[in-house]
Amino acid sequence: MEKHYTDSQVKGVSTGTTILAAIFDGGVVIGSDSRASMGGEYVSSKTINKVVQVHDQIFCCMAGSLADAQAVTKAAKFHLSFHSVQMEHPPLVIAAASVLKELCYKNKEELQAGFITAGWDKKKGPQVYVVSLGGMLISQPVTIGGSGSTYIYGYVDAKYKPNMTREECMQFATNALALAMGRDNVSGGVAHLVVITGKGVEHVVVPGDKLPRFHDE
Amino acid sequence: MLGEAEPQWLTEEVKTGTTIIAIEFNGGVVLGSDSRVSAGQSVVNRVMNKLSPLHDKIYCALSGSAADAQTIAEMVNYQLDVHSMEIGEDPQVRSAATLVKNISYKYKEELSAHLIVAGWDRREGGQVFATLKGLLTRQPFAVGGSGSSYVYGFVDAEYRKGMNKKDCQQFVVNTLSLAMNRDGSSGGVAYLVTIDEHGTEEDVILGNDLPTFFDQ
Repeated sequence: MEKHYTDSQVKGVSTGTTILAAIFDGGVVIGSDSRASMGGEYVSSKTINKVVQVHDQIFCCMAGSLADAQAVTKAAKFHLSFHSVQMEHPPLVIAAASVLKELCYKNKEELQAGFITAGWDKKKGPQVYVVSLGGMLISQPVTIGGSGSTYIYGYVDAKYKPNMTREECMQFATNALALAMGRDNVSGGVAHLVVITGKGVEHVVVPGDKLPRFHDE
Repeated sequence: MLGEAEPQWLTEEVKTGTTIIAIEFNGGVVLGSDSRVSAGQSVVNRVMNKLSPLHDKIYCALSGSAADAQTIAEMVNYQLDVHSMEIGEDPQVRSAATLVKNISYKYKEELSAHLIVAGWDRREGGQVFATLKGLLTRQPFAVGGSGSSYVYGFVDAEYRKGMNKKDCQQFVVNTLSLAMNRDGSSGGVAYLVTIDEHGTEEDVILGNDLPTFFDQ
């Protein structure tokens, strides 16, 4: 008789997820859904926050194995705070992204996590960096990740415009997350958004019933 | 040279890894597809028209295994001809979709093709039917093929009921272009077929005439 493994035993808790970040005129928006699932069958948390603060004005979003992502972000936070004490000024966004990249690249055999890093620094203003599964680091004006991102590639390509206003960018990010949550069964819950500008950081949570609805809902 | 391997594409199954879409508008339907046919990593046909006529005003869009999809389309074309002679008038779109569904369902283990059936008839006007894995469902729009995953969000956000013909054609072209940009198995040119009570129009939009987006 074959032994039946449920997906959750084999995969562990993974953030089947949707994450995104986009640059607008003067800042950057980074956002995610809030569902943590075990093997696509059971929602282990409806309200997990996948947007993690690694420094005052630098946030990152994680996709992939939740355990790996938490461990890496903890290590990155430590490295960054040490680095900023040594440098005597806040770290650059690219420094934060590079720390994550080093960890992901050096441990690529064991880890299964990808990151989007977004933030603001005095040197280059708003920036978004992507660290992929194997440890590649690139900079993009807008980027999406996680299982739900497949469904919104077309929407993001069509609707993102450089130099949007803050309100337009918030609407764009909320719409994109809502569309992905509508089609991906392992993304859902509320939409967590963080807006980072030179002046500071603002958290916005859009609960399920306030998410935009589309023609078939 | 001893032991030289033959090219991979000779042994790979030929698939229309693809993007297909059909949308109902006020008075008819628009069908669209890309034109790439791949065998493994090679593109074996870059200009294939995946919109196949089943009757004068009923077309189907092919995706999945190229051989399976073409065979289903040919069989249904024949069955529809016989049926329309028996009833003495043009067949309904629902009849065509049902014939496709019957084949897809009966042979669902052996076949791996998904056809979207769309057309216009006198009774119900423009209709779009999806027949994935033997299901038959009428929908205001349907997308299919490997490229469709990337454009679900775009289509959900932008579809409006009761669009006019021109807007609908533009919408289909935009969707195909977005999907072809992201999906490795879709590409080439875009084929469009517009069916309404006045007739059927076939169109081709060449690669450099396709709409471009902010990163191109």
